[in-house]
Amino acid sequence: MVTATKLSNNQKNGVSNGTPYKKTFIEHFEQAPMYVAVFTFVGFAVGTIFGYLRDFMRAWGLEKRNIATERAQQKDFVPLYQDFENFYTRNLYLRIRDNWNRPICSVPGPQFDLMERVTDDYNWTFRFTGRTIKNVINMGSYNYLGFAETDVNALKTVTIELEKYGTGVCSTRQEMGTLDKHVELEKLVATFLGVEDAMVFGMGFATNSMNIPALVGKGCLILSDELNHTSLVLGARLSGATIRIFKHNNMQSLEKLLRDAIIYGQPRTHRAWRKIIILVEGIYSMEGSIVRLPEIVSLKNKYKAYLYLDEAHSIGAVGATGRGVVEYFGMSPDDIDVLMGTFTKSFGAAGGYIAGKKGLVDFLRTHSHSAVYATSMCPPVAEQIIRAMKCLMGLDGTTQGLQRVRQLEKNTRYFRRKLHEMGFIIYGNDDSPVVPLLLYMPGKIGAFARRMLERNIGVVVVGFPATPITESRARFCVSAAHTREMLDTVLNALDELGDFLHLKYSRYSKSAHPELYEESRLELED
Amino acid sequence: MTGMDVKNTPSYLYWLFCQFELITCSYLMEPWEKVLFYSFNLAMLGLLLYTAYVCVAFHASSAFQLLCSFLGNPRGNALSVLK
Repeated sequence: MVTATKLSNNQKNGVSNGTPYKKTFIEHFEQAPMYVAVFTFVGFAVGTIFGYLRDFMRAWGLEKRNIATERAQQKDFVPLYQDFENFYTRNLYLRIRDNWNRPICSVPGPQFDLMERVTDDYNWTFRFTGRTIKNVINMGSYNYLGFAETDVNALKTVTIELEKYGTGVCSTRQEMGTLDKHVELEKLVATFLGVEDAMVFGMGFATNSMNIPALVGKGCLILSDELNHTSLVLGARLSGATIRIFKHNNMQSLEKLLRDAIIYGQPRTHRAWRKIIILVEGIYSMEGSIVRLPEIVSLKNKYKAYLYLDEAHSIGAVGATGRGVVEYFGMSPDDIDVLMGTFTKSFGAAGGYIAGKKGLVDFLRTHSHSAVYATSMCPPVAEQIIRAMKCLMGLDGTTQGLQRVRQLEKNTRYFRRKLHEMGFIIYGNDDSPVVPLLLYMPGKIGAFARRMLERNIGVVVVGFPATPITESRARFCVSAAHTREMLDTVLNALDELGDFLHLKYSRYSKSAHPELYEESRLELED
Repeated sequence: MTGMDVKNTPSYLYWLFCQFELITCSYLMEPWEKVLFYSFNLAMLGLLLYTAYVCVAFHASSAFQLLCSFLGNPRGNALSVLK
């Protein structure tokens, strides 16, 4: 382990975000004009009125019932399907349901093939026509570095391992499921991140939800960000610790909670908390914002708390050499107590890891639910991660890994700058490859996704309940495998659609103030 | 603004209609729901216009009568108290 740190020190030229060339932290969360919120509520009001009308017609038998209803014997019990979630699903989600769960039939690279799917009865049932829509540009898959590929040369080692080990492991880590591939992968992950040791798990969601209960329990305090992913929320709730929420990326809110925790202690007995742990993510996938890591680390050192950093979207996607937010801010991985990440997004595989000090990882090897009960990662997937990581670190003899990271950075900057210039409202940090474009009105969610598919571009649109009810959005994931032509095609389509659907709400862009950006005024050009 | 036409052409009116459809979610409705919604809206609009017509006409005619009584009939004003 000592050799590993020496190597990484020798290969670095210095801290990437240290003084005097500090990178600025620019994040946008622009609010739309007031009329947009009014129109959104009008849309939801009309939808709700028609929802009540349809429910009435179904209850009185004027319309055929396709929905879930209780059986005749259950009628006298507490009603099952009357709450808001079911009402929303029946009447609002169902109308635009054809934009989700679209089956694809190729590798989710920069372009993919979709199975054509039509509905005869307004999204109650679907049927496949048998045709495939070819070469749809993929703006929705988490393929940040483009490792989801089927090139035979790239997958040579994976094919060899597949023929050697097969696909099934058929055991858990503690029984007979630890293969030499797992040991090799864990050593490689520890070297990549610059920590002492790492442990890998078969599923990224299960890494969070099964390991947080092993680390904290009753009598501990969890301070979790408002917009944390469901896996972190589930792990926190399963652990039985007290959970307090701080506002998204807001350091004043976090400091207030920390001070209150230390001053007042546990709720009734006022004893000190056994452990205080802060749960944050590297990049938040619905907002595109990056965590304020230096401030959180200084807070944690001041108040003696622990930090759990979930780098699901940021590992491989940010940082000068793709090592995540720790490298992006120029910090040392020793500052973070628990580094967690997934291999699903940037490495084209499946699974997750937890890395940190050797004592922590040894504890998890014996006490984690995932290690005791869950099947371990299968060998071809482990080999795919090994080859992707070696490519990123340059250990395969080429500079392909670094080129991918640079290409992703260029694509991200270009895409965000162009969208900003066109006048759309984009959330998030300028350096994050996740780009949410705000749509606001429920009618526009369906129109946007359908019209983009007509232009052969596949996007992911998100509405309530994954986002606040007034802020529905389309989320683009830029990839290193996208060429400039693909991005230009997407940008032209967005330009036309933005004019047709009237989505360009931004008041701070070039298109809103063209007089400030005339060619003759040279001093205002970058 | 490549897709926008000048005002008062049929395509601009169609674009405004599309905006109305998107904002009120009538884009997502089935045809019979659209018929119901548009007929309700047109009925409300007609009622509003009729109310405005009646109100404005009545108000304008009563204001005109008051003005005529000031100008054309001096015996009808307050100074007629003096004999």
